[in-house]
Amino acid sequence: MTVLPTLQKQQHPLASGAAQLARLYAVRLERSFPRALDGAGLWPLQPTGIDILQVNVGKKCNQTCRHCHVDAGPDRTEMMPDDVLEACLAVLRDHPIPTLDITGGAPELHPAFRRLVTTARGLGRRVIDRCNLTITRLPNYRYLPAFLAEHQVEIVASLPYYQARQTDTQRGDGVFEASIAALQELNALGYGQPGTGLVLNLVTNPVGAFLPPAQAAAEREWRERLGRQHGVVFTHLFTITNMPVSRFLEHLDERQQTEAYLARLAQAFNPAAAAGVMCRTTLSVGWDGRLYDCDFNQQLDLPVESRVPRTIFEFEAAALAGRRVAVAPHCFGCTAGGGSSCGGALDG
Amino acid sequence: MTDHQHYYHAPDLARFAEVGQGNPELWQKFLGWYSAVFAEGALSQREKALIALAVAHAVQCPYCIDAYSTASLEHGSNEEQMTEAVHVAAAIRGGASLVHGVQMRNHLHQLGMQP
Repeated sequence: MTVLPTLQKQQHPLASGAAQLARLYAVRLERSFPRALDGAGLWPLQPTGIDILQVNVGKKCNQTCRHCHVDAGPDRTEMMPDDVLEACLAVLRDHPIPTLDITGGAPELHPAFRRLVTTARGLGRRVIDRCNLTITRLPNYRYLPAFLAEHQVEIVASLPYYQARQTDTQRGDGVFEASIAALQELNALGYGQPGTGLVLNLVTNPVGAFLPPAQAAAEREWRERLGRQHGVVFTHLFTITNMPVSRFLEHLDERQQTEAYLARLAQAFNPAAAAGVMCRTTLSVGWDGRLYDCDFNQQLDLPVESRVPRTIFEFEAAALAGRRVAVAPHCFGCTAGGGSSCGGALDG
Repeated sequence: MTDHQHYYHAPDLARFAEVGQGNPELWQKFLGWYSAVFAEGALSQREKALIALAVAHAVQCPYCIDAYSTASLEHGSNEEQMTEAVHVAAAIRGGASLVHGVQMRNHLHQLGMQP
């Protein structure tokens, strides 16, 4: 598998959140994101509650995908310390937040991944693992498919396309073949099979600077292609828009597409999608315990507003549920076309 | 006025609506018809985008090629499918030239002495 140095390893200017924000704000758009929200009657943007605690346990990953908004990779060392992890579990224990969404990096690389899963499941919470699939092929992680099935963990698995060339272009040579092998093993355990309760959702994001196709139509096509060519079944397909953040922003700059891509996102602003953006129901926790409105803001070092608790140690449900979401031009990525979220399209 | 020296300039596609300034009524009629043509119908939007991509190559419109390459991708078509659509356009253009060979042969027959 091809592994590239991260932006941080390259000491690339866009490794910093502040530099990324400066780049995004340097693009002249017809209207700002707050103005677009205002036009939709959504400004200031506020949550409707905290239904999902999304915990980013670290930036280490066995892959270096070209679009990665985390700039994750094998050379990253950030890993959630025990006290932060315990604080996340304490928040789950003390508050009726229905879902724990575990992300990274490859979250399974965290040494306490199993404890996080089993404790949250023991509390009766729905647990989502954002899995890159190839991690399950590594010798020390072969236990994962059976472990996830045993604890009925919902898998959200990344697969950019149903063909090898496009997938490997974005995620590295050999990723498609390894991903299909992983999906076949998960299917054999019951994942994605009707009646088992084992949810296997696939996530696709465009292999390039364009919007994803309509989710329902894409799901039909993927089901047919993956079923016929590889015998793979899955629960749902989520289409996600590439965020102009981190490595994808660097790619856009390299191709001189940043202005055109941001204009495309802004031009496709969809008020219905804006009303359902994930930051209205999600609270994002960074590896170091800091709180964010979403995982993208986390990578841009754009924390929750200063009037509310800013770390998991100071968690206050009412104050956080009443916060104003921090926005920047990248937010057009979640509101373009059918919309985009960690759960796929927002508007059909 | 722009200061560029090319007949075709990619950013000009975004200025397409300026054409309406000369006759807003006709522009609005065009827009309404255009939107209806590309709406989901007996053909899917994806099929229509691929047809438009092929036609864009046949009429050699760089703006349309940019627009319908993006539209095809955003409707879920991939590079292989889009390339096949371009080959369809190219084959029809090639065939359209070649079929005029019959006209040539008719003329040869009139001028020549072949039986």
